[in-house]
Amino acid sequence: MTTIPTEPVQPGKASLLYDPKIRGYVYQLALLAVVGFLIYSAASNAIENLRAQKIASGFGFWHNAAGFDVNQKLIPFSAAGSTYGQAFWVGLLNTLLVASIGIVLATFLGFFVGVARLSSNWILAKIAMVYVEVIRNLPLLLQLFFWYNAVLKPLPNPRQSIALPAGILLNNRGLYLPDPQLEPGGSLIVLTFLLGLVGAITFRYWARKQQEATGKQYPVGWIALGLVVVLPFFVYLLMGRPITFIYPELAGFNLRGGIQIFPEFVALLIGLTTYTAGFIAEVVRAGILAVSKGQSEAAHALGLRPGPTLKLVVIPQAMRVIIPPLTSNYLNLTKNSSLAVAIGYPDLVQVFTGTVLNQTGQAVEVVAITMAVYLTISLVTSLFMNIYNKRMALVER
Amino acid sequence: MPLSSKDRFTALQAGEVDLLSRTSTWTMSRDTALGLSFSTVNYYDGQAFMVRKKLGVDSALKLGGASICTQQGTTTEVNLADFFRINHMKYEVVAFNTGDETIKAYEAGRCDAFSDDSSALYAQRLKFEAPDDHIVLPEVISKEPLGPVVRSSDMQWFNLVKWSHFAMLNAEELGITKANADEQAKSTNPEVRRLLGTEGKFGEAIGLTADWAHRIVKQVGNYGESFEANVGSGSILKIARGKNALWTKGGLQYAPPVR
Repeated sequence: MTTIPTEPVQPGKASLLYDPKIRGYVYQLALLAVVGFLIYSAASNAIENLRAQKIASGFGFWHNAAGFDVNQKLIPFSAAGSTYGQAFWVGLLNTLLVASIGIVLATFLGFFVGVARLSSNWILAKIAMVYVEVIRNLPLLLQLFFWYNAVLKPLPNPRQSIALPAGILLNNRGLYLPDPQLEPGGSLIVLTFLLGLVGAITFRYWARKQQEATGKQYPVGWIALGLVVVLPFFVYLLMGRPITFIYPELAGFNLRGGIQIFPEFVALLIGLTTYTAGFIAEVVRAGILAVSKGQSEAAHALGLRPGPTLKLVVIPQAMRVIIPPLTSNYLNLTKNSSLAVAIGYPDLVQVFTGTVLNQTGQAVEVVAITMAVYLTISLVTSLFMNIYNKRMALVER
Repeated sequence: MPLSSKDRFTALQAGEVDLLSRTSTWTMSRDTALGLSFSTVNYYDGQAFMVRKKLGVDSALKLGGASICTQQGTTTEVNLADFFRINHMKYEVVAFNTGDETIKAYEAGRCDAFSDDSSALYAQRLKFEAPDDHIVLPEVISKEPLGPVVRSSDMQWFNLVKWSHFAMLNAEELGITKANADEQAKSTNPEVRRLLGTEGKFGEAIGLTADWAHRIVKQVGNYGESFEANVGSGSILKIARGKNALWTKGGLQYAPPVR
């Protein structure tokens, strides 16, 4: 065995070249420079080529007149006077509308199916299993086509609309709801409703604190119902029924008046909801199975019935496992909503990267904006879900 | 290489294709702001409406309040908006990504009318199980000059595409057909001789041989023959020449001379 004589290293004397820390920084900087150069050259190359081919570029088109129409719009938009920028907002709001409603519905359906699949009821469990296996293994686009045709085909034309209770009409142009109009005094009802809602939430919070402190339970459900529904209804009667409805009626080819819910929207919503619910169901099942059996056995031993056991013992613990994959399913639903283009629902992709791109011809700008929007929506969703996840995480003591 | 209405200009701009020959309408913005050039008009079309007969509508001016299905990413959306604005009528537009989806929605009763270039409407009508249940309304609400598009950066290619079309038109005007092209090359008519390359070398200026027009006509025939074979009486579409007749027969097709 030989020992290699080592010279004592004197701090400050070693060459910078051999300092691992400095070397690390240099490598990082070099990598950053290369990446930066690649991005810069790609961008300048694109700009240069666009200029060379005399393709218009820049974001000036944003304020140009659009000149086309969109059927479902949450903000005023018309061919006369609206701009491409407004078309962007119409599309974005439609995307957000279907995504947000879809997320809520898919969560409920997914939780229900996930729990049902673990149910001791054989038929219920098997139905849930078949649902999950069928839905998860078919392409979403195909399902959207199916739902669109399933929604459209059996419905009659506007002249033979199906009359549902409360003046609601249904035909292959959509579902028409009576449009409520507030008359003087009507705003008081809305105010009462909002106050009732705040009251109900406050009461629920107070009742929980009371229960934690004293163990006494309050009928939260009934009181909330009274505050939110019964109280505004009394005000409605008291004020002499100041809400009138404009009922949809046949005028020419279509119905006039009322609130129209388009079949494209319904088909897309059903498609996205059922598809995502299939995945959420599996996430929920995995989460529940991750909670050890001893937990529910202990709860049963304490005398809790199956319902409260699930609600108070199993689900809260399962949530830790459920939330992260649930987030990706929410993101998937939002991104999948861009398949709307196939069934004519005017979402962001359909209106903006479809019609606007084609009319302006500015593919680079339009696609870049659209990608930035989806990225923002996804990151914001992740952010909120991460905050929620932190709150639900097991508090270690 | 098939492209949808939405992707076509981007594909041409990016160099994925060199020639876009589809139902692309020549408009000012497309010709000037996209870095593309429309070479010629090989088909004069116009937008119209198709409705079910049992609807009892005989004019587009009676479509107030109707739902209209159309394909998105085309000039049709803007034409529709213009038409209903000019005539102070309300309507609902339902725009689909591809022509097939548009048709399916129209068949399912989602819309009262289907709007597209009239040539496309006639073509589509034939695909229905009962074509006679549908009629194309007489109003033509727009000018839709269709033609091949190329990138503006390649002038030689632009000229070649443009003059291929003109060669076919000139051939029809001079009575040169697929069948008699060889024979006509020996003609004494100087115009025919110039076109077919017996006299002069006009083809060389666009990078081709002198007998370029001769070869085109030999392969696909003159404009009239090509029209009849693809969309006219020789095809299932059976579209009449109409505005696409030669200028000598009251149509709009007119080619500069080879000289």
